[in-house]
Amino acid sequence: MRKNEQAKVILHEDCGPGYRLLVLDAPQVAADARPGQFVHVKVPALEASALRRPFSIFNAEDGRLEILYKAVGRGTFALNGVRPGETVEVLGPLGRGFPETCRGTPLLVGGGYGVAPLYFLARRLLQTPKLPNPQTPKLFLGGRTKTDLLALDRFAALGVEVFAATNDGSFGTKGFAVVPLDAELARLRAAGADFELFTCGPDGLLKAVSERAVSLGAPGWISVDRHMVCGVGACYACIQRTVTGNARCCVDGPVFKAEELAW
Amino acid sequence: MVKMDVNLGGLRMPTPVATASGTFGYGTEYVGLVDYAKLGAVTAKGIRLDPWPGNPMPRHAEVVGGLVNAIGLQGTGVEAFLSKTLPAYRTVSKVPLIANIWGGSVEEYAAVAARLGDRVEAIEMNVSCPNVKAGGHTFGQDPNVLFEVVAAVRKATARPLLVKLAPNVPSIVPYVKACEDAGADALSLINTIPAMVIDIERRVPVLANRTGGLSGRGVHPVAVKLVYDAHRATKLPILAMGGVYEAKDAIELLLAGATAVAVGTATFTDPGVVAAVHDGIVAYCERHGFASVSDLTGNLQG
Ligand SMILES: Cc1cc2nc3c(=O)[nH]c(=O)nc-3n(C[C@H](O)[C@H](O)[C@H](O)COP(=O)(O)OP(=O)(O)OC[C@H]3O[C@@H](n4cnc5c(N)ncnc54)[C@H](O)[C@@H]3O)c2cc1C
Ligand SMILES: Cc1cc2nc3c(=O)[nH]c(=O)nc-3n(C[C@H](O)[C@H](O)[C@H](O)COP(=O)(O)O)c2cc1C
Ligand code: FES
Repeated sequence: MRKNEQAKVILHEDCGPGYRLLVLDAPQVAADARPGQFVHVKVPALEASALRRPFSIFNAEDGRLEILYKAVGRGTFALNGVRPGETVEVLGPLGRGFPETCRGTPLLVGGGYGVAPLYFLARRLLQTPKLPNPQTPKLFLGGRTKTDLLALDRFAALGVEVFAATNDGSFGTKGFAVVPLDAELARLRAAGADFELFTCGPDGLLKAVSERAVSLGAPGWISVDRHMVCGVGACYACIQRTVTGNARCCVDGPVFKAEELAW
Repeated sequence: MVKMDVNLGGLRMPTPVATASGTFGYGTEYVGLVDYAKLGAVTAKGIRLDPWPGNPMPRHAEVVGGLVNAIGLQGTGVEAFLSKTLPAYRTVSKVPLIANIWGGSVEEYAAVAARLGDRVEAIEMNVSCPNVKAGGHTFGQDPNVLFEVVAAVRKATARPLLVKLAPNVPSIVPYVKACEDAGADALSLINTIPAMVIDIERRVPVLANRTGGLSGRGVHPVAVKLVYDAHRATKLPILAMGGVYEAKDAIELLLAGATAVAVGTATFTDPGVVAAVHDGIVAYCERHGFASVSDLTGNLQG
């Protein structure tokens, strides 16, 4: 059940230039959170009538809710000023998330802050006990430069193998995350192994991953980022085109199946 | 105990607080987040004869004091509304439902109203949407055209009929008269105000539709003025909306002449606004010794 919860800030720390980790004590929202879902946050320092800002659930564990975000504008810069002990209002969990099961190897593909929902997903996939062929997820992570590759330590702690790519070549492969992804896809197909694709990031990445999922006939789970107002399906601001017409990213998504999307 | 129920042109509202069209989906989206017991009516998102895709993205821009939107009236057609959306609403809510309708022609307005029959508690005509070139704009900008379309819908429905007027007119009075003459039961005021936002770095309009409609906190004094003008010109009851964020805002609109108020954009930020407005009106009536919320309507001293 979605709740509008007054959550106390436990921790708010830098994680690279422009990025912050916000940890909230939000037992009600955290209890029902699933990977790929998001929360709609009221930013305390903005005027009381300001719209909320949507953020993926980076992690939900033991009543804590973690958000990994990048300061890009008025709201996110204002959010930077929130201190431990202060209260933030969070509405969630919202939207349709990723499936928590996978046939074969889960291939997670993230770009920039799009890595956020993939960590929670990786954790849950590893916890799901009774899969036919349980496989450790692999992460393909892209960013402009080394410092845009977030949460590498957290994935390492889960035992997830990370294939990094940076546009400037400062870490991992030079280029986009699909470069190491394509190499892995070729390996898996040569071995006749099953896999599913899970992705979140900029539209260019989402398109590239969707195309691969559709052309290879593998399930592709695509998390789309659209400007939102209400976050609950009431305003029709957050439209994503699909093969069956306009869908609302906040309730019909943010996670869509690759073959549903019309770009 | 303050008497909170009101009669809005034949629509019996258990409380004077409604939701504004386009800000509350089809009435089911906020279940569990908004306290429906505090609502006197739910106004559904605009519908026409056939489904309508709306505008391209981006459809909104936040500004200080409000929101500029160009959703473009994306909505279900009347058939899907009757077969799916409305039954879904009835399973979760006993609050009276106002259908908000629009169309590309006088005939279409009348056909939608006729098709709705007595399945909804009231009909609100959107003749003032600034977003759709073929739609609302023209009907709400000419008193003669307005008369024609309201008269046609009047013939098509026996339900309480509200007409939602455009705020961007030199004087609201001729439009109020046209509604009265055409047989409307009530007025809704105000719709969004035409507006535009420009991204100065990219030197392009922020909205894909280039322009949109302003709602939210900043439009509230405009709404108060128009409700005041309209109330002085007519005996028709008024459902007032425009920047209601707290009870004080709603009480201003009631004192200006409204019979009931609607909460719109505020709910996006805080789904608790509906209940806070309701409870704040009760507290105000108690504090000032009003036995009934209707005592507030147009009750300006001087
Ligand atoms: C489902 C979902 C999950 C997201 N998860 C994360 C996350 O985990 N970490 C993270 O850093 N960011 C995430 N975002 C993006 C984040 O919501 C925006 O960066 C943020 O809203 C920008 O607000 P602002 O006031 O700083 O920017 P401004 O540009 O000043 O915002 C103005 C308006 O546009 C909206 N807006 C601007 N950019 C975006 C955007 N990219 N997406 C949606 N709305 C936008 C704002 O909400 C606001 O209403 C997510 C977005 C969505 C839709
Ligand atoms: C996103 C959005 C969608 C709207 N859609 C409609 C609509 O379909 N029909 C209509 O008559 N008014 C529509 N409106 C106008 C509102 O019902 C209301 O008149 C206006 O927003 C002023 O009230 P507010 O400031 O409380 O939001 C819409 C407003 C917003 C913000
Ligand atoms: S943000 Fe309002 S419908 Fe999605």
